[in-house]
Amino acid sequence: MSPQPTTPAGTPQLLSLRGINKSFGAVAALMDIELDVAEGEVVAIVGDNGAGKSTLVKVLSGVHSADSGTITFEGQEVSIPSPAAAQHLGIATVFQDLALCDNLTVVDNLFLGQELSPLRLNEVDMEVRSWELLKQLSAKIPSVRTQIASLSGGQRQTVAIARSLLGDPKIVILDEPTAALGVAQTAEVLNLVERLRERGHGVIMISHNMADVQAVADRIVVLRLGRNNGDFRVGEVSTEEIIAAITGASDNVVSRRSAASSTSQETPTP
Amino acid sequence: MNTKTQPTPGALALDLQDERLQDRTGLRGQYKAFLDRTRSGDLGVLPVIGGLIIIWAVLQILNPIFLSPANLVNLAMESSAVGIIALGIVSVLLVAQIDLSVGSVSGLSAAVVAVTSVNMGWPAWLVVLVTIGLGAAIGWIYGQIFNRFGVPSFVITLAALLGFLGLQLYILGAKGSINLPFDSPLVYFAQLAFVPAWLSYLLVAAAAASLFATDYVHARARKNAGLSAMSLQNITLRAVLLLVALGVTVLYLNQGRGVGWMFVLFIALTLILNYLLKRTRWGRSVYAVGGNPEAARRAGINVKAIYTSVFITCSTLAAVGGLLGAARLAAANQGSGTGDVNLNAIAAAVIGGTSLFGGRGSAFAAILGIIVIQSISSGLTLLNLDSSFRFMVTGVVLLLAVMLDSVARRSRTSHGRA
Repeated sequence: MSPQPTTPAGTPQLLSLRGINKSFGAVAALMDIELDVAEGEVVAIVGDNGAGKSTLVKVLSGVHSADSGTITFEGQEVSIPSPAAAQHLGIATVFQDLALCDNLTVVDNLFLGQELSPLRLNEVDMEVRSWELLKQLSAKIPSVRTQIASLSGGQRQTVAIARSLLGDPKIVILDEPTAALGVAQTAEVLNLVERLRERGHGVIMISHNMADVQAVADRIVVLRLGRNNGDFRVGEVSTEEIIAAITGASDNVVSRRSAASSTSQETPTP
Repeated sequence: MNTKTQPTPGALALDLQDERLQDRTGLRGQYKAFLDRTRSGDLGVLPVIGGLIIIWAVLQILNPIFLSPANLVNLAMESSAVGIIALGIVSVLLVAQIDLSVGSVSGLSAAVVAVTSVNMGWPAWLVVLVTIGLGAAIGWIYGQIFNRFGVPSFVITLAALLGFLGLQLYILGAKGSINLPFDSPLVYFAQLAFVPAWLSYLLVAAAAASLFATDYVHARARKNAGLSAMSLQNITLRAVLLLVALGVTVLYLNQGRGVGWMFVLFIALTLILNYLLKRTRWGRSVYAVGGNPEAARRAGINVKAIYTSVFITCSTLAAVGGLLGAARLAAANQGSGTGDVNLNAIAAAVIGGTSLFGGRGSAFAAILGIIVIQSISSGLTLLNLDSSFRFMVTGVVLLLAVMLDSVARRSRTSHGRA
């Protein structure tokens, strides 16, 4: 299984990672990771539990810093020492736990850390911009003056994604955006991802759900045990191939199961 | 039950267009919104006001002097020093931390005031500056220990409680008590400086006018932006209510000695803290850190700086409270800042409605809470009951307040409010 990095010709690379390493004590969480994201491209990162997806996201969003390796953003080599630095560069992250403050309202959460006029908060402009933003995303939130505590899971996800768009980021990272959502809400979030692509954002999406990944991603990057284990263009790859890359072999529990069910009528060969 | 009556959504304000929203505009709507909030456990100042009315009624029945202007003037003056300390506690509680050392810091500051102004003869302005600087430095140290070593604030300030009490005794020396001269401007400010009657009414009018003006400007800005806004009727009603409430209070206090400048300082500090908490990025960050520190950090807020700033605010206000306490007593002694000062300040913040779990409460909690506590103290003193009863009653009231907070919190959770 040799991974084939397919870089689309012509489109400028927004973000390139080369040789990223990160260890927690004796455990190497990321080893020699490479990743490219272009403008208007949705890159899905898939991998089994413990493959290093979340660590990679944390490196990109400035929560953890990489031990070694280079990060190139818009042609410049950069370092991302803190979440604020990532935001400043134009990398916005929506974490799996959403990182919203339950005791604050939707508007407060949207503008948290980037309030308009810090010494005399401009609540009116913030509220108007919140409504505009939520309308653009066709979000269904009854009032932006309600506390986050009273919103549903899908509504919270929408608020979190909307918040990531406020600073007009170049790249939006979504960590398991559809994990806890119902069918309709998942479809809404996938629509949202497509809207982000249309607006020219680069999107990095982490997901366990192959159907979601196949539905919206342009490229699929597979991580396995902290290493790159495949880089596929959607449309040129089957779900089985991706699963093979995720689990590390074509002979695994998933493929055996599907093989068993399709060949159950045939006589077993010795 | 659903009261959507608008057939033309195009004419509706931007924030009222969702069809699931019930009508909450106008006075009726506000009343219903208030009922909603209360039922779901967002009690606000309701329990404190209710408690205060009960306490005042009982104490007035037991001793008719209690609600006399003279006693209320005293009550306001007595409230100021500890109330200012409680303001600091409110800000620390908002980030879900605690400062147990405010009593000792205020005692230390009282000792420093006495030593610098009496033994060393420094002018009053320098004494005030040094005291404020001392408080800020102490808060900064707390912040550094908390951020760098991750020691819980409970432990840091418990250690400081003992440490600064020792430092206070050391500074005061063998005699253990230093009297401030009565011609000191500090003592004059805390004991004898009262607002002239004409000026007090002017201040009341100015307060009502500024409430009206800010409400009006805010409502106009919202209307221009296409958002729902408070009606003029509503704005006027609020301003008139404030005018009447403050006016009656001041009128009554003016039957006695009037409104003390020290109490005005307390109110002014409360208003400033309220502005900082509600209308600035710093305040928003404080609430965010109290609600979810990790979310605040990921939002790019410098959480450590917020912790440090809050500890500095608290210790500085504690030092100012100690300064005023010494000035009011015209002395600093080994008892300054000890006894119930610490717990009264914390209890005032909690009774006023500041949550111990962080992220909920306002600066006004300090005023309401300290008036409850000081009322109990003053009423029981008038009944010739000594501090033994005062401690017991205050303890029960504090426990009731915290129980109410916990129950209300459970109710809020089940009603989808943080």
